[in-house]
This record gives sequence, C-alpha cells and structure tokens, in this order.
Amino acid sequence: MNGAGCGSCHSAPGVWPEGEVGPSLDSFAQQTLIAGRLPNRADILADYVRNAPKYVPQSGMPAMPLTEEEARDVAAYLYTLGRR
Amino acid sequence: MWPLISTRSAVGDALGGWPPPVLDPAGPYANPLATLSWVLFGGAGLVFLVVLAALWIALFGTAARKEKLGGTRAIWIGGVAFPVVVLSVLLVWGLSMTGSLTAPIRGDEMRVKVTGEMWWWRIAYLGADGGAVLHDANELHIPVGRPVVLELESADVIHNFWVPRLSGKLDMIPGRTNIMRIQADAPGVFGGQCAEYCGGPHALMGFVVVAHHSEDFARLMTARRANIRPPAPAHPDLARGAQLFGSAGCAACHRVAGTGANGAAGPDLSYVGSRQTLGAGILPNNRGTLMGWIGNSQAIKPGNRMPPYSMLSSDDLRALAVYLEAQR
Repeated sequence: MNGAGCGSCHSAPGVWPEGEVGPSLDSFAQQTLIAGRLPNRADILADYVRNAPKYVPQSGMPAMPLTEEEARDVAAYLYTLGRR
Repeated sequence: MWPLISTRSAVGDALGGWPPPVLDPAGPYANPLATLSWVLFGGAGLVFLVVLAALWIALFGTAARKEKLGGTRAIWIGGVAFPVVVLSVLLVWGLSMTGSLTAPIRGDEMRVKVTGEMWWWRIAYLGADGGAVLHDANELHIPVGRPVVLELESADVIHNFWVPRLSGKLDMIPGRTNIMRIQADAPGVFGGQCAEYCGGPHALMGFVVVAHHSEDFARLMTARRANIRPPAPAHPDLARGAQLFGSAGCAACHRVAGTGANGAAGPDLSYVGSRQTLGAGILPNNRGTLMGWIGNSQAIKPGNRMPPYSMLSSDDLRALAVYLEAQR
C-alpha cells in the first residue's frame, strides 16, 4: 500500500501518509459494504482495489497500478484492520 | 507518521536500503567521500584497539610495562607526535580530494540552476550564456559520464542539496550561489533529500536525479526545448481537465509549457506526468496519488503552500489527474 500510494487518500495503520480525501480504512474488516454499495467479500475487494471504476464509475477512487497478486495482498491486509 | 515513508520514494532511496547510499557511490564526486569514510572508520577502529591495549597494560601489565606506558617518551610519541602527524595528513589528503568539487565553471560544462524553495526544488537548465532554457521541478535529468555543474540557490531559508550516491552535501543560502558538481557513471535513478532543516515538512523535501545515456538525454532535452510532446492518450476527461486547470485556479501558481498556464509560485508542471514522484520525492506518481494530492495535500505534507481543493468533485479531480498525466 505504501508502494502504490494508497495513503494519499486513505488513512490506515502502517501506511504513510494519512490522506483525508477518501474514507479512513482503520476498521475496514468490520465494514459491511465496500464504497457503500458492494458486499465486502474478499474476491470483490481484491478486484475493487485494482479497478474501482469498474464497480463504481462515479467513485473518486481510480484504477490503481497493482498486480493481481499485490491486490490480493492489499485485500488480506485490509481484513486485518479492526478485528478484535 | 513521517518516518514510514514508502521505499519507492526518493526520500527512501536517498536515505535507506543497504548498503547505505552514502557508502555506495555512483560517480566520481561521491567516490572520495566514501573512500574518506572508510579510511576514517578503519583508522578509528585501529586507534580504538591501541587504546584498549594500553588500558589492558595499565590494569594488568607487568610493572616494567606500566612504567614504560606512563613514561615521558610514551606521552611525546602517543600524545603529541602521533595525533599531529595523523591529523595533518588527513587534513591535507581530505582537502586535496574534495577541492575538485568546487573548482570554477569551465565554458563547456552543462549547467543547471537548482533553487531550494519551502519545500520543493526549482530547476532551470541553463544555456552557455547562463540564461534558463528549460524549467522543471523536483526531478533533475543528467547525461551519464560527464560532470554537471549545479548552481545552488535558495528562495527563502537555508536548504541543503544532497544526493548521497552522487555528491556530498552543499548548503543553498539565500543571496548566494554555491557551485557543486555531480556525475553519474551509469544510467539510473538517484534519490535526493534536503539536508538542512528548513521548517515544517523539511523531512518531506526530496527529489530525484535521473541519469540517461547521452543520446537519450540529448533527445529528451531537444524535444522539451522545442515543446514536442509524446501524443496524449485519448481520454474523455482530457479537455475538461485542461479547462479546469485554468478555472480552478491551478494556473495561478503552476506553469505548463506551451499553454496559458504561467504561474511561477509553485512547481512547474510541464512534465509532471513523466515524473517518478509527486509532492517533491515523497509519493509514487499515479492517478490515485495525483487525485489525493490535489484533493488535500495538507493531509499528506502538512504546511506546504498548496491549499486543499475540497470544492472539487471526484469527477473534477479525475479530470485534472488525467490532464496532468498527459503532461510529459
């Protein structure tokens, strides 16, 4: 996430910077929906972080330069945020 | 938290990794510094061992050895002669090695003026007469295998230009021009960092030096001087982005060569789409980081002179990012 610059818009533990353009991801694992519309499922999330406009064309989140594998790692990391 | 800077940033490249960039020189102006460092490390290690040996004798040695160690002769040799000789030799040797770094400018050398600003770098490639022929920011392009003269200045406070793999550090002082040379022996990307505390986000004032093969460098400079751009990929947002760049006020501070945008307060954006980093060496350059920076750079680099643009919609941010990506 540091390599792709996710922190430019989002804050998440261990990620720099702590951007404020998009929502905070601090407790992402507890969230029911992705971007307020998609079910928060691993397969959707891993694809969404690479290609958000495909799911939500009006979203401010653009397609990000991540490989499929990197996107899966990002999703795995997001699911560690906020679990007790 | 600032220390958690991405390893793909210029600041990370300048300061992190192994071997440490300062001990991994990539050109003739950095070599003497690495050599000098290793000689100092080795010499200090040797002196340390001698001191430990003397301490061992003082504690556990025979009476005869202790007497010798405490005698006048030992003090004259170890306390006076040795330091005088070693320090004098080091001084002369160090000065002779680093003297070439600040030699006067020869007529045929490539010259670039780099001006430190709070908290970014203004870059002007100079012609033979000293006039600026090309403007850029936060990314310096050089050809390999030949020295490049940098004329270092400051627009506000004291900054310090430092590319650990290509040179030592040199202060940029308001009202002065300090001369420094860099040279890269092979093509590559070298991280740089401001090395003099200059307020607020000083730690986030990085930059990148890109060294090209001579032909590639000549081609790049020729194209940019003639304002010949690689064709922008067609995108429905491109025209709106260009229009927004004017109407949202970007052009008041930023310049884009060949357009009406001629602001001089902030970094020149004529080639921002081809840069390796954003925000002066701190972020990777992609559509997401562009949108994040434009939307609210204050959350990324607190105190920088660009205000947050919270009045822009996601469509506006995307259009601007698409337009800036095309500036190559």
